[in-house]
Amino acid sequence: MELVQTITLPALGSHLLVGLSRAMILFVVTSGMSLVLGVLRVPNVAHGSLYMIGAFTAFSISHLFGGGAIGFWLALILSPLGVAAVSLIAERSLFCHLYEREHLMLLLFTFALMLILGDLVKMVWGADYRSMMAPEFFRGSVTLFQAPFPRYNLFLLVVGPLVAVGLWFFSNKTKIGKIARAAAVDREMVGAIGINVSWVFAFAFVLGCFLAGLGGALVSPTVSITIGMDHHILMDAFLIVTIGGLGNMWGAMVGSLIFGITQSFGVLLLPQFAIVFPYLAVVIILIWRPTGLLKSVW
Amino acid sequence: MLKGIFNPKSFGLAAGILIVLALLPPILPRFYIYILAVIFVTALLAMSLNMIVGHGGLFQFHHGAFYGVGAYTAGLMLTKTSLPAWLGLVAGPFAAAFVGLLIGVFCVRLTRLYFGMLQISLGSLIWAIAFRWYSLTGGDDGIHGIPLPPPISSSTGAYYCCLIFLAICLFFLYLILKSPFGATLLAIRDNPERCEAIGINVRRHQLIAIVIATFFAGIAGVLFVVVEASVFPDLLFWVFSLEVFIMCLLGGWFTFAGPIFGAAIMVSLRTFVGTYTEYWTLILGIILILLIFFLPEGVWGYLLEKLGPQKQDLHKEHK
Repeated sequence: MELVQTITLPALGSHLLVGLSRAMILFVVTSGMSLVLGVLRVPNVAHGSLYMIGAFTAFSISHLFGGGAIGFWLALILSPLGVAAVSLIAERSLFCHLYEREHLMLLLFTFALMLILGDLVKMVWGADYRSMMAPEFFRGSVTLFQAPFPRYNLFLLVVGPLVAVGLWFFSNKTKIGKIARAAAVDREMVGAIGINVSWVFAFAFVLGCFLAGLGGALVSPTVSITIGMDHHILMDAFLIVTIGGLGNMWGAMVGSLIFGITQSFGVLLLPQFAIVFPYLAVVIILIWRPTGLLKSVW
Repeated sequence: MLKGIFNPKSFGLAAGILIVLALLPPILPRFYIYILAVIFVTALLAMSLNMIVGHGGLFQFHHGAFYGVGAYTAGLMLTKTSLPAWLGLVAGPFAAAFVGLLIGVFCVRLTRLYFGMLQISLGSLIWAIAFRWYSLTGGDDGIHGIPLPPPISSSTGAYYCCLIFLAICLFFLYLILKSPFGATLLAIRDNPERCEAIGINVRRHQLIAIVIATFFAGIAGVLFVVVEASVFPDLLFWVFSLEVFIMCLLGGWFTFAGPIFGAAIMVSLRTFVGTYTEYWTLILGIILILLIFFLPEGVWGYLLEKLGPQKQDLHKEHK
């Protein structure tokens, strides 16, 4: 194994960009999980399954419209909405009856949801690998740091910050965002002043799941879509929210950046163990700061 | 000393079940012997988890990691080294307990859900190493055809080995939970702040409990190798850990024997439902939802409440 074969400045730069674009996907997914954690205080174990559903529906929608630009944009809009609809049904029919119960029960419910959704995806789409093309406009690559960089990843670099700004605007500037943050701190008090907390929770949950679906739709042109992608993204998302500080949206951003960049530098250093580097970073951070880098909202 | 601890009735019942199970192998077909052995292994794992989840109140979300460490240690020592076989089998639980100590030291600094999240993170690191280190662990294929020494290499031998170790471990787990240490653990579960106030070192007790539980998980891991003669990274994956968590819930958290029932129900459901449909996890999910809504105390907890006027001491109302 040669260690120092390709570590040059341009290589570092292009890997940094790859890591950043990976981090943007992770951020979109993780910010949704972080929102649910912050408001409902439940780690949504079904988050990865919703991400997978987002990717599969994006594939189907884009396929339906012949794989062109229209199909892609429709997929990007419709599949997160579809995921949000699925989560709304699950939330209103079953999940909302558990809010008074122990948190462990809520967690186990989301695990049950993960098991069910995973098998439903297998029923609908089967166990084959699927892949989806980005539209003409995003295909090909541009040369950055003397290395080709896919255009689609540039698009991701734009979308990630947009989602961050949108979420910040939602939670700090809109009324329902403020109510959601208040409900996270003191559920009973918010209920006492006449706000239907159950619906606030539903809103936060559905928005979080929407982001999972959006992440799935965004990632679909860059990876092969298959069952099992839910487990891996969920673990990554778990780790990211833990190192970022539970429920803290900027923590999700910082965590995603660390995760994405250590992974892509890991590819540069030791390709076989690239997957280990982010975990190692997580362990070091957690030993240093067990409650995460930024302040947890709990 | 033992007189006060053991209820003669349930002790007699346990001994009776043990004798019946010991007489089964000549009667039953091989497949059922194998399933029973798997149930024993899984039951031991669930029992070790329940010691800290049900009785200790810790959110041990990644117990499978220690199970896997025990199994991988035994598997690797049996295949890659020429040391005597018993040494590999003995090393498994100690390796698991050592990893449990390492991870536990960091986890007990935190409480509740944060504890669980940190543990999933650290356990996933172990999974990632086992999953990727092809030259040592065989990566995602795992290690198959692990050579076992003669008495336990046959399926009947493996059955008896699992049964004996399950019985011994249950005996010790029972003693631990009935000891002053076990009582302290229950007290910490119910009110950590007050325990701290009366001078109990909460974290140290939790850490000791984790090390003990991971030691037993390691034994379960070694027994898994004895039964299956193979290891694979799925043992260390968090999905499996949560399945074990469900076994405890299914059987009943706050009972001693509950997780055995949970494990037995889950393993037999998976085996027999799995032959009819490939959508076994869908059914598991539905069972779990029904359980959360209708039987939060678990099957065994529910039965004890309905049938037994003589409540077990361990069976307490949660909070």
